Amino acid sequence: MKELTLSTMIAVFEEMFGPALFWLLVVVAAAITVAFIFVLLRQRRLVGNWLLRAELLAPIGALAAIYFVLTITSSGFSDLGGPIDAIVMILIGVAGAIGLTILAYVAQALIGSRRVQ
Amino acid sequence: MLANRRQFLALAAAASALVAQTGSARAQPVATGAQILILGAGAAGTALANRLATRLPGARITLLDPRQAHYYQPGFTLIAAGLKPASYSVSTTAEWLPRNVDWIAEAAAEVDPEAKRVVTTSGRALSYDYLVVATGLKLDFDAIEGMSTDLIGSNGIGAVYAGPDQAAATYAEMSRFTEKGGTALFTRPATEMKCAGAPLKYAFLTDDTARRKGTRGKVKIIYAAHGGAFFSVPIVNEKVRMLFEERGFDTVKNHVMVAIDPGKRIATFDTPEGRKEIGYDFTNVIPPMRAPDAIRFNSPLSWQEGPFAADGWVEVDKHSLRHLRYPEVFAIGDIAGVPKGKTAASVKWQVPVVEDHIAAQIAGKESTASYDGYTSCPLITRIGRAMLVEFDYKDNLVPSFPGLIAPLEELWVSWLMKEIALKATYNAMLRGRA
Repeated sequence: MKELTLSTMIAVFEEMFGPALFWLLVVVAAAITVAFIFVLLRQRRLVGNWLLRAELLAPIGALAAIYFVLTITSSGFSDLGGPIDAIVMILIGVAGAIGLTILAYVAQALIGSRRVQ
Repeated sequence: MLANRRQFLALAAAASALVAQTGSARAQPVATGAQILILGAGAAGTALANRLATRLPGARITLLDPRQAHYYQPGFTLIAAGLKPASYSVSTTAEWLPRNVDWIAEAAAEVDPEAKRVVTTSGRALSYDYLVVATGLKLDFDAIEGMSTDLIGSNGIGAVYAGPDQAAATYAEMSRFTEKGGTALFTRPATEMKCAGAPLKYAFLTDDTARRKGTRGKVKIIYAAHGGAFFSVPIVNEKVRMLFEERGFDTVKNHVMVAIDPGKRIATFDTPEGRKEIGYDFTNVIPPMRAPDAIRFNSPLSWQEGPFAADGWVEVDKHSLRHLRYPEVFAIGDIAGVPKGKTAASVKWQVPVVEDHIAAQIAGKESTASYDGYTSCPLITRIGRAMLVEFDYKDNLVPSFPGLIAPLEELWVSWLMKEIALKATYNAMLRGRA
């Protein structure tokens, strides 16, 4: 890779997903992040009940992310060949886990906010 | 609360706008009325046309290519592995071209660099200020006696290079072979060739397919190298030798295929000890590769002496890609007579160099952009694993992710790049964006 700039990355991702889907995903991810920060600021703390319930979904998020990557590629666990493969696989799982946890937390905060307040 | 929310959303919007602005700074545009003629709308010609269209506002850019279909050639291996349909590699020439470029659906018939003129196959004469030769190369199947592209997909004959449909036909034949077993014969030509890793990949993929079907015990794999090595980069060659040994391949060296008898399934080779025959049940025919006839025979652009003269590769400086005798002529991609660089990855590095030299010359400046021979080959060693081999003119390994992705290790992440990221990167390159 000659230069791995932000604009190159965006160009590559636009080709991978198609520009419409890519930017939709970016907007959805950004909206969830913004909503998470918003509920954090509103509550001025992490609400233990919400976090606990959200964290219970983390393993499902991790498995779903790994399953997704293995499904869209012609590969499986037996193809892991070196340390970087294990690290990337773990990172994919962690990304799925964090993503679903935040989504679940935000969903509870927005739906159940009245009860806490 | 509402005010807070509004303030917060405004802050978030401002932050995202800031992130969106941090793109890379592009080179300064140079306004010009120059006439730029590009021969060939493959990976190199298309990528350059897109970049020049942005870099040189006002330039009259003409592309010459008779082919309506655009082929993503790095996908041929995946098609021939049965992982992708033939359509995976096929798009149209038109969809990648910028609006302000004039595409003439003809090939060049002759080039006269003294008169700065190109004559097309219909006899139309086109003049230019700058000429970029990006015609690609000719797969010379006729040079192998008894071989014809009509045979691909029958009689145990495959040819991954020949095109997307032929790659699919090769998979059908390889699949039949790995059901029954027998001898699989893999070769490569003695000429310069595009992606010298591809012949090795297909030997590995055939081995893997047989293993998955449980028929590896009935399959004999012979790899016939054209010279004394399996790969031109010594450190990679040594790794390939070890992998071949581990997978149980038989190997012969200094074997150049010159004839094939599809009926008897015998291939004939030129060797230092004279002609030799090897029988096969399945083979991936890779023909000699040469400059297209219009460049080789109807232009004075080819090397006049040295290793690139016989097959007509264009005589360019290996760092600037500028013609050594005609300074307003450049060559990029497969046709360039340089030691390495017949891959799409090389094109990605060559195109900005030529773009910069043309723009600088128009602006009356001198460009320092230089191509160092960068070539990349995700060397597939089985379905699900590859080695991300990257090297330069000096045979040095030049890994993109040093310390993270080991170039000589069979890795899943390298496979992920090949299967997921490469086509997207290639398409972004065609648009001049990567």
